[in-house]
Amino acid sequence: MKYLGLIWRNVWRKKARTSLTILSVLIAFLLFALLNAVGHALTSGAPLSAAQRLVVIDKISLINLLPISYGNKIAAIPGVRAVTHATWFGGYYQDPKNQFGQFPTDAEAYFDIYPELELPDEQFEAFMNNRTGALVGEALAEQFGWKVGDRIPVSATIWTRKDGGRTWEFDLEGIFTTSDPRGTTAFMLFQYDYFNEARQFGDGLIGWYVLSVADGADPVEVANAIDAEFANSPRETETSTEQAFAASFARQFGNIALIVQLILGAVFFTLLLVTGNTMAQSVRERIPELAVLKTVGFKDGTVLGIVMAESILIMVIGGGLGLGIGWAVAQSLNEALAAMIGGGIFLSGQAFIVAVMIMIGAGVAAGIFPALKAMRLSIVDALARG
Amino acid sequence: MSEALANLQGVSRVYQKGKERVEVLHELDLVIPAGDFLAIMGPSGSGKTTLLNILGGLDQPSNGAVTVGAAELSSMSNSQLSHWRSTHVGFVFQFYNLLPVLTAQKNVELPLLLTNFSAKERAARAGIALDIVGLSDRAKHLPRELSGGEEQRVAIARAIVSDPALLLCDEPTGDLDREKADEILKLLQVLNRDHGKTVVMVTHDAQAADFATRTLHVDKGKLESRAAA
Repeated sequence: MKYLGLIWRNVWRKKARTSLTILSVLIAFLLFALLNAVGHALTSGAPLSAAQRLVVIDKISLINLLPISYGNKIAAIPGVRAVTHATWFGGYYQDPKNQFGQFPTDAEAYFDIYPELELPDEQFEAFMNNRTGALVGEALAEQFGWKVGDRIPVSATIWTRKDGGRTWEFDLEGIFTTSDPRGTTAFMLFQYDYFNEARQFGDGLIGWYVLSVADGADPVEVANAIDAEFANSPRETETSTEQAFAASFARQFGNIALIVQLILGAVFFTLLLVTGNTMAQSVRERIPELAVLKTVGFKDGTVLGIVMAESILIMVIGGGLGLGIGWAVAQSLNEALAAMIGGGIFLSGQAFIVAVMIMIGAGVAAGIFPALKAMRLSIVDALARG
Repeated sequence: MSEALANLQGVSRVYQKGKERVEVLHELDLVIPAGDFLAIMGPSGSGKTTLLNILGGLDQPSNGAVTVGAAELSSMSNSQLSHWRSTHVGFVFQFYNLLPVLTAQKNVELPLLLTNFSAKERAARAGIALDIVGLSDRAKHLPRELSGGEEQRVAIARAIVSDPALLLCDEPTGDLDREKADEILKLLQVLNRDHGKTVVMVTHDAQAADFATRTLHVDKGKLESRAAA
């Protein structure tokens, strides 16, 4: 600790250079935090054995649709309490930039399976009585300034209407909220019957089923029973947790985990070069000073430790700031993107620990060669150069 | 004559420059009594600084023995020499070699970081050293805010803060004008006379050497001595 003042002042001897280096570290760890937070949402979650809700998709690919007739068969399987379904509509509001989740569904079962979604009874009733009715979450209503009674045109990117049109109009009958602090309300629900009758293709098909497991039933057994029911059929199924479903949804866009790792690898490699160069420059330009430290009695190991500590400190300052900002941004993203990938975007404790280890490791890697140079410095030669 | 503080016997220092063998010091014998103020003069490349470096444990002789106080420097490891330097010897350089990021006070405290003194104690001792060199009022200033003479005073305060017996000065006035140089030399005299420091000063400047009690001349790695005027 007694060397901290010396280390701190050395770090800031060239304020502009140190600030820029810290900025690059900050950006690297901001990326790390964001990619980890999103990756967490896509790849983690409760194990199947602890799941209360299961999702059934086509075994080959999520983009393959399932027959609506599977719903009754699934409902008949022991351990299944309730079943609903949804389909990815993929539309936008007014401008292609205004994309959000829209799902035609069986709303009665949907709200039964998602009890955390809250909606006034009269609004739900109005929705059920209107074929072209829609329900939106309060986050979405706030985003677009919608209120009950509005007519909302949604442009389809997948589902053309039978009349050849691509615009689907809905009457906003209700705005739901959620009691789950990590849940999202940034999506729209509308009547499957209306969707199925009005679409040009895909009659009788849905995107996926969601079911709730009965109290006391084993989710693993239920999942196995469902998949066994449809084994060897033209549309075999794969039943998993909601998180696994989100992951398979995200895999449509590519191998997210590999992309994340490649990006982070490139970022951290560049970071090592930047910080290593900063440290090398810093040591080079104060060789006489390091020689003075050794002259007054600082041992080789102490000089090595001081230079290493400077490198690690730069990483910890930049990394800490990047993680902090990343954590805050992840909180916001959780609300904004949850409709797309199922929520759960947050920086886990494990990610924090890994980040701290990377900070220290990268600090050591970036500082080791300059530190060794400082340690091996010949006092006589260095003073002669000064 | 006082008891010897430093004793060099048959000290040689040879450097290898590529294929060339350069002998900087040649079988040099020297006794420095405690309380001495010794000036070492000689032309460039004569071995003055090498002699000072060997006396201060910054360099090791190729041959011969160097004893300072009870320490046999020629047989000590790097780590042992580091520890010995921190407590037994103070260095003053021509270009002051202060750390530009530290205030005068913090520069003086540097050698005390190697001790077990508390921060308060380190500050108090650095304050005393700055007081001795007459710079108490400049303690919070950075080196760039000080004149050359003041910087050298801070360097001297840093050299004496651990209360070493031996003060080694390599051209301490080489970068100063006459007036400032004389102030520094008088300060070294005070440290020698009133504080009992043994001072060994390498200089090109005959007027600077006049402040010492005796002067040795080094030429081609060998010594000749004569009494100061």
